[in-house]
Amino acid sequence: MTTDGEHGGELSDVELRVRALESILTEKGYVDPAAVDAVVETYETRIGPRNGARVVAKAWADDGFAQWLREDATAAISSLGFTGRQGDSMVAVENTPTEHHMVVCTLCSCYPWPVLGLPPVWYKSAPYRSRAVFDPRGVLAEFGVTLPESTRIRVWDSTAEVRYLVIPMRPAGTDGWREERLADLVTRNSMIGTGLALSPEQVPA
Amino acid sequence: MNGAQDMGGQMGFGPVEAETDEPTFHADWEARVLGLTIAMGAARAWNLDMGRFARESLPPAEYLTSSYYQIWLRGLQKLLVQSGLVTQDELDAGRSLEPGRPGTGVLKPENVQRVLGTSVSNERPVSTPARFAVGDAVVIRNMHPLGHTRLPRYARAKRGVVEMIHGAQVFADAHASGLGEEPQWLYTVRFTGLELWGDDADPSLAVSIDAWESYLEAG
Repeated sequence: MTTDGEHGGELSDVELRVRALESILTEKGYVDPAAVDAVVETYETRIGPRNGARVVAKAWADDGFAQWLREDATAAISSLGFTGRQGDSMVAVENTPTEHHMVVCTLCSCYPWPVLGLPPVWYKSAPYRSRAVFDPRGVLAEFGVTLPESTRIRVWDSTAEVRYLVIPMRPAGTDGWREERLADLVTRNSMIGTGLALSPEQVPA
Repeated sequence: MNGAQDMGGQMGFGPVEAETDEPTFHADWEARVLGLTIAMGAARAWNLDMGRFARESLPPAEYLTSSYYQIWLRGLQKLLVQSGLVTQDELDAGRSLEPGRPGTGVLKPENVQRVLGTSVSNERPVSTPARFAVGDAVVIRNMHPLGHTRLPRYARAKRGVVEMIHGAQVFADAHASGLGEEPQWLYTVRFTGLELWGDDADPSLAVSIDAWESYLEAG
């Protein structure tokens, strides 16, 4: 974590207000600060896109698991121990050469926390939320991704409690790879649909 | 409500700027706001949908010029005052002026892993069968409720096709208003880009929303 020092007055004011709020809630007996510490620690260190990468790698390596993901993603993902808040009803959508999936929440910031962790700032930002449903190819270009014109684009706006996980296409040249090695190719953005999985040349051997 | 949060199709916000090696939080206060918001869930003084409404009903100018966790902070303060757990005077004073409400649930450190790791389904049993089937043509109702809704403006009055049925789920619009869960069938409805955005749209584009049954009419 960084501090607010370099940002100056406005954020310092926010910091003061947050401290005051935590004091009020603690004094009134509503909050145990150690529980707040534990929540923060969980999302900083335990829950993140590494979880989703394991799901994707297993789907690539294990046809039975891939089929289970298609039929009941919530159960298949739970079987790997990834459960909880913002992941109660999961749907996995698979990229193919003819169809590319991309996930957004135009209304707020809905995101599959158990498999991807907390969303990055850009995912919650006005530029992404406004344009993902209108100009997804333009958004993809800003992420350095250009898809063939013949690839259809499918955008999923998460407007209810269903959460979507994109299964990116398995890169060429990975035949016979173990799941652990495959998982290193799976980026967070590839599971949102604003990126592709890395090719073997892009990761250290 | 047609608030600033309903961003799909708005223009002029500029390019998407992704940060390399982004930290989970950019400042300690952001982490505390997230943690406090989750911890206060144990008080059961409001639900998730009320939380969303508290944030999206901020004045549009404030919503659009606030960072994500600033919006969460304002939302949490609003919920605390609305629920009577904290007074506005206390927020203004920056300290507690009266004892807390007895019997309010508190998140304990030893329960954090269990609470965060437990899936709580939004699905509920209902006695009525689903009105629509996969493949059915539907039209999204043209509606502009003053309260919370999960129906984005860009989809209203548009024609789509039911692609998935997710069971009956807690109806966010009612739940946010304190009317109870009022579960309804939930569908994924797919639209063509041309239907949503007109003849200039990318012909290879399809967009879906998740829509409760009362958002839909037979197409």
